[in-house]
Amino acid sequence: MRTIAYRDALREAIREEMRRDERVYILGEDIAGYGGTYSVTKGLFEEFGAKRVKDTPLAEEVIAGAAIGSAIGGLRPIAELMTANFSLLASDQIINSLAKFHYMFGGQSKLPVVIRMPGGGGAQRGAQHSQMLETMYAHIPGLKVVMPATPYDAKGMLKSAIRDDDPVLFIEHELLYSVKGEVPDEGEEYTVPLNRGIVRREGTDVTIVTFSRMVHLSLQAAEELAKEGIQAEVIDLRSVRPIDLDLVLDSLRKTNRVVVAEEGWKYYGTGQGLAALIYEYGFDYLDAPIGHVAGKDVPMPYSKPLEQAALPTRDDIIAAVKAIVPAPAGAGAGA
Amino acid sequence: MAKALDTKDAREAKPPRGSADSSNNSGDSIAAMLDANGVLTAEAERAANISDEELRTLYRLMVVSRRLDQEGLNLQRQGELGLWGPYAGHEAAQVGAAMAMAPTDWIFPYYRDFAMAVCRGIDPGAIMTIFRGLTHGAWNPNEYRFAPFIIPVGTQVPHAVGFALGCKLDHDDTAVLVGFGEGATSTGDWHEAMNFAAVFNVPLVFLCENNQWAISVPMRQQVSGRIADRAAGYGFPGVRVDGTDVLTVYAVVRAAADRARRGEGPYLVEALTYRTQAHTTSDDPTRYRTEADVEPWKSKDPIRRCAERLQARNAFDDAFAQAVSEEAEQRALAMRQHLLSAQTPHPASAFDLVFANPPESLLREKAEFIEALEPERGE
Ligand SMILES: Cc1ncc(C[n+]2csc(CCOP(=O)(O)OP(=O)(O)O)c2C)c(N)n1
Ligand SMILES: [Mg+2]
Repeated sequence: MRTIAYRDALREAIREEMRRDERVYILGEDIAGYGGTYSVTKGLFEEFGAKRVKDTPLAEEVIAGAAIGSAIGGLRPIAELMTANFSLLASDQIINSLAKFHYMFGGQSKLPVVIRMPGGGGAQRGAQHSQMLETMYAHIPGLKVVMPATPYDAKGMLKSAIRDDDPVLFIEHELLYSVKGEVPDEGEEYTVPLNRGIVRREGTDVTIVTFSRMVHLSLQAAEELAKEGIQAEVIDLRSVRPIDLDLVLDSLRKTNRVVVAEEGWKYYGTGQGLAALIYEYGFDYLDAPIGHVAGKDVPMPYSKPLEQAALPTRDDIIAAVKAIVPAPAGAGAGA
Repeated sequence: MAKALDTKDAREAKPPRGSADSSNNSGDSIAAMLDANGVLTAEAERAANISDEELRTLYRLMVVSRRLDQEGLNLQRQGELGLWGPYAGHEAAQVGAAMAMAPTDWIFPYYRDFAMAVCRGIDPGAIMTIFRGLTHGAWNPNEYRFAPFIIPVGTQVPHAVGFALGCKLDHDDTAVLVGFGEGATSTGDWHEAMNFAAVFNVPLVFLCENNQWAISVPMRQQVSGRIADRAAGYGFPGVRVDGTDVLTVYAVVRAAADRARRGEGPYLVEALTYRTQAHTTSDDPTRYRTEADVEPWKSKDPIRRCAERLQARNAFDDAFAQAVSEEAEQRALAMRQHLLSAQTPHPASAFDLVFANPPESLLREKAEFIEALEPERGE
């Protein structure tokens, strides 16, 4: 095991898969000599050259559309969109073509397309550059949407995504790129499935279900709660579509309480969808209403203090847990 | 395509682009094939060396296509089809362009390109099962090298560019044809794809079937200037051709595809024609145009023009015309029979093929759906 950054883990996944399969190529803006806006593709141009590392014109619709066309021709493209915010320009291609062609083509064309993009706020990028838009894509049948939180998962899931015959939207987070974590040594082959969540921390009193950067805040919250005698189980969904509902329900049967924690907006979002599934399939196990931590219902402010106010925090998660978990016996005395 | 990408000469420099004359059409040898009306000159016709037999094939395919179009309309009127989008008037553009491509080339059609599918050898009855809602994929795109019809206008153009880019990455000598209407040239997808195609110098022929209407919107409200001229702005050549003359379309698209295969990049062909019928069976064209608008175009009927060309070559007689029209009748009947005898799919098959590797949640939903159907089936 080594400790490497999330962005390096992504790069290793791409490099290994490009070496393994000559049909894999990457395209996007500023990804070649420049190495990508977030330095994920650094060095790949030098190794694989202009044929397989394609700097494209600034045209998200065609980056996605061309990836689709080349996949119909048998290639396995990885398209990088500079951020999820700009994926909106490509959303017609993603939703109307990419998600539907396997179905509309009667299963006769595979669409092994990976579209990578970072989402999320916290780096003072302003309203048009800080959005979590996974909900929009996760809503669509035909798409797989994954949001790994650790370098280990980033590498293992990106490799799985590249090998998968279905379209995968691979949503990273701007603040995760520098996060470090343990990853097996290079050459030690591993993959992580695209349809399984993972229990990051075991607990008995409440289940915090989360994904992407909020996994880290949830783990911090769980540590704080433990000091007060509340044992929170933390589930990292890793994939928001498909969603590993069985893992969530198993945990619920043990804890009988759930808090859903996400960075995106509350209304009609991933967290609300998840909560609805839990109510639908796990109602009998719930001893309290589901808590929901989400971003404030405003466009992301550019001003630092306002941005901090808009983003969900560790303390928000703690408060949401405490609102539905009875105070442990003895706690609070003398506080 | 679909071979492994070769990285041997991966670092080769791209050919220099954007030089002063790269957007200048004056040296375009394809443009030189045409007279002022966009019709193949006699000299170019001789040089193109298109045999009487080839021209008779084009004629035959146009007559068959016209008859199938009529049958599609009949079937819709008889309540057997939800919707039909007639392509009468487009025969020369579609048949000429599709037949100009080598069998190994790929075609990315738009929804009106039914005749192109017929040219590719796809069973018309099978295609019709899509319009009747009996299947998703009536043909294997890889077998016929013909992508499925798409509905969002213009979105197939980026796909064709990406496919052509893949051909180039693969050192393949496949060329690609993409069809679209003049309305599609207003979309962002189209403009971005034109630029992308030029920058990557991909082997792609853009075919605009300019039928002068986008539902109720006439060409003058859609485009200012000529569509063919837009190619120059992106750095590659384009021509407007008489899209009712199959020989011209055939010769020009074939030259453009050869050029693309030689690595000389994309080419835009604007085939000027007219939509003599309604946009689709849900449209009433009398609300926005008169018979007098349509009348002049009737004299430019693609089938009649082709017959005249054959007559001029002494390659047309009653026996041939008779045989072609019998074949057309026969194929229309076969199409109808295929369609009406095709099985209605089981409702639960709606859940199939959403993914290559479906998630458990979807399989569960399908199982629940089948279970809910069961009691009804017992009755
Ligand atoms: C993106 C998009 N916008 C609107 C429509 C509705 N629509 C369907 S066909 C059409 C007209 C297209 O005209 P043109 O491209 O000239 O092709 P034609 O139908 O004339 O062959 C419109 C507006 C659509 N299908 N897709
Ligand atoms: Mg039109």
